[in-house]
Amino acid sequence: MRPAATARRRRPPAHLAVGVLGELFLTAGVLLGLFLCWQLWWTDVVGQRAQADVVAHLAFPAPEPTAAAERALRHDAAPVLAEPAHRTTFATLRVPRWDDIERPISQGTSTRDVLDALGIGHYEGTAMPGAVGNFAVAGHRTTYGKPFNRITELMVGDPLVVRTAGTWYVYQVQSTEVVGPDQVEVIAPVPGDPAASPTQPMMTLTTCHPMYSARQRYVVHAVLDHWLPVVDGTPAELERGA
Amino acid sequence: MMYGWLWRVIPGPAVVRVAVLAVLAVMVVVVCFSWVFPAIAPYLPLNDITVE
Repeated sequence: MRPAATARRRRPPAHLAVGVLGELFLTAGVLLGLFLCWQLWWTDVVGQRAQADVVAHLAFPAPEPTAAAERALRHDAAPVLAEPAHRTTFATLRVPRWDDIERPISQGTSTRDVLDALGIGHYEGTAMPGAVGNFAVAGHRTTYGKPFNRITELMVGDPLVVRTAGTWYVYQVQSTEVVGPDQVEVIAPVPGDPAASPTQPMMTLTTCHPMYSARQRYVVHAVLDHWLPVVDGTPAELERGA
Repeated sequence: MMYGWLWRVIPGPAVVRVAVLAVLAVMVVVVCFSWVFPAIAPYLPLNDITVE
């Protein structure tokens, strides 16, 4: 202790300043590393837990598996819910191409209170599931539970199964595109053509592109193939895919 | 320097000092994860996923 203490007293102020500066840089480096751990790992841990919790508390009636022959696939006009209040979770999404996880869809696309906290968000003012127009949703591709992490794996024809309390809506992927962040026409009632009036029920997913960047958006368009009342069973897409 | 000073002001034998420093480090991580990082994340353009 003693020799070290004397040495310290003798050290010129410039040495002291450089030493403190060095320690500040080291501290900044460690804090940046911690931030990356938080953003890339911890927000997923918290997000996946929170989103699973939201789905578990939805109290949607559990569907009975049904023999294919008894399933009444409907191609007529589907039942459509009214838009709920901001932050209300009104539907879930299952994508057999990815996994059998049921992810919540909530009203609104504000970052902190919906997309970070609840997962997939529905663009306010766009169509609701099953409606003629464009049911447009956004979700994180990385971080915060990353619901759309595997979006580039989707292929044309893949089913996207949306469920509300009483209805299954089975959409089929029609096309994918990469656009700029200000190209809002992708969520227009007729995607890509804001002036046109819609004739079919579409669904659009948007997320960031490339991964870990906000430079562009990855967009997937799907079209409603059929719908099915939940009391009539579970869509075949879920039973075979997952 | 700063960390040397921290080491000197913590009383007790080396084992106790290491334990105290470990507790302090955990507290820094908890404070950062719970409040600091969530507060600054929206100002970083890493996670924009909507078209607007």
